[in-house]
Amino acid sequence: MSTVAFVVVALIAATLAGYSLVMRVHAATADRRRSPRRHRRALRLDPGTERRAERRARALLRSIVNRDEWEMYRDLGFIRVIGHNSLDDTATGVYCYLIYPHKPIVAYLPGSNSLMSEYCVEFPDHEERMYGPKLPDSDDVLAKWMMLRSDEEGLIRRANMHLPGRQVDPQQVRRDLWRLAMWERERDARRGRVSTGPAASAVTANAGPAR
Amino acid sequence: MPGRGEVVLAEGDPQLSADEERLVDEFRRQLDAGMWAAVPTTDGSSGRREAIMVRDYAEIPEGAERVIFFPRAAGG
Repeated sequence: MSTVAFVVVALIAATLAGYSLVMRVHAATADRRRSPRRHRRALRLDPGTERRAERRARALLRSIVNRDEWEMYRDLGFIRVIGHNSLDDTATGVYCYLIYPHKPIVAYLPGSNSLMSEYCVEFPDHEERMYGPKLPDSDDVLAKWMMLRSDEEGLIRRANMHLPGRQVDPQQVRRDLWRLAMWERERDARRGRVSTGPAASAVTANAGPAR
Repeated sequence: MPGRGEVVLAEGDPQLSADEERLVDEFRRQLDAGMWAAVPTTDGSSGRREAIMVRDYAEIPEGAERVIFFPRAAGG
């Protein structure tokens, strides 16, 4: 009697296990068909494509921004841009932006290095089916630079403004500002100029010709 | 064009009518696709590089070497 019961239980267990296995295989197949990410990954045949795109984007950025700005991006990984409205005769109320790739634009006062705000803005390319909407890093920087140079108010209006520290670590920004000051000092020494601080060199960089 | 690095969409001499027609068509096509257009410029007196946004082909400054198209900005 116990043998018969054991066989029956074993048969039921085997049936359930088989059913469960079939359902899992079916679900995994359906998932693979549905998931666009998997599909996109399958189409991404050439792993060097994105690297080459970034190389082209860097070449484009270099050909458009000022020499100082390109060297800043190449050496430090961000670009400092002076706010348009701060270019008054007295050079008071000067404020600047730091442009990072795929991070918010950070506004700050160069005299005190006080962080003012973060402007979160993206340039999603929804037409790009294969690689997703994210631009190469240097293209993202270029788009922000062009917007800031041509339509600063429009960019600020469209961006989501937050207090400093929401997405970009304030300590990191302060370190970057220190690195920028060191970088400018070295650059000025190389060019045989005397720097009087980040604010003064920032105004000089924007008001005068690229040297 | 930002996207997958620089991609040349169209090129030609705007002084030649056939070329200009092609450039205008491509310009409109990009704007219709939701792109923004900016023209890199250089300040004549200071030599500083700037950029201007253009919304119509006629707004492109004479002598401009290229127009850069990029996706519209959105709050992140």
